[in-house]
Amino acid sequence: MTPHETKGAVQYTPYHPRWYRMRVSTYWWLWKWDYLKFVLRELSSIFVAYFVVITLLQIHSLSRGPEAYARFEERTRNPLMIALNAISLLFVLFHTITWFNLAPRAIVARVGGKRVPDIMIAGSNYVAWLVISAAVAWFILR
Amino acid sequence: MAADAPKKLLEPFLWTLFSAGGVVAALLMPVHIFLFGVAFPLGWLRDLSHGRALALIEHPLVRIYLFVFCSLPLFHWAHRFRYTLYDGLQIKHLNEVISVFCYGGAIIGTALAGYLLWRIL
Repeated sequence: MTPHETKGAVQYTPYHPRWYRMRVSTYWWLWKWDYLKFVLRELSSIFVAYFVVITLLQIHSLSRGPEAYARFEERTRNPLMIALNAISLLFVLFHTITWFNLAPRAIVARVGGKRVPDIMIAGSNYVAWLVISAAVAWFILR
Repeated sequence: MAADAPKKLLEPFLWTLFSAGGVVAALLMPVHIFLFGVAFPLGWLRDLSHGRALALIEHPLVRIYLFVFCSLPLFHWAHRFRYTLYDGLQIKHLNEVISVFCYGGAIIGTALAGYLLWRIL
């Protein structure tokens, strides 16, 4: 009954129950479309950063003169680059759509005491997007 | 406890940058990627000549625009990528390293954008 008495001092044996924790796979997000969508949306940020890097390289080559700029343009015509850019475009469009569709949850606007419907807030974002895109394209292409 | 105070002040600031970068990326990035990444390389539209591109970028407002276009989306990336690694890959023990890599990358990118756009004239 007193197993520790032989060592001279009474020892306390800590007993800690094991926590009940579900084991979650590292790939938990792969098996459900909603989770996968969430992860794809988060991964869109990688393509955002990628295109910032491309833009910085373009500005750098622009500052180095016509030959450097021509070399940059030549590199962008590489089919692998174009494919990567096309994938980036899809991811960034996914970001745009999910971002605008979340806007009604972030902005609760009231007009005359009534809450502005979600579709008006998301819709105004889409309209702004189209107008700004057209303006940027016009400015570059004119 | 004392070490927590700056973190609590920093987090809303970083979230604001994330959010502003999300707006900039959502509104401006698709048209840029479409033009410079797909349409010009494929020859669908006539690419900008060096002279024309330089003439555009000489305007201070264009350079401010490009600075914002580069900087804020990098902070957007930093925040999202940090939490993607945090939640998705369950590597919480690398939290500090990941934060330094993400926000450090965004700060370096911002400084680089500022330097390149300043120097171009």
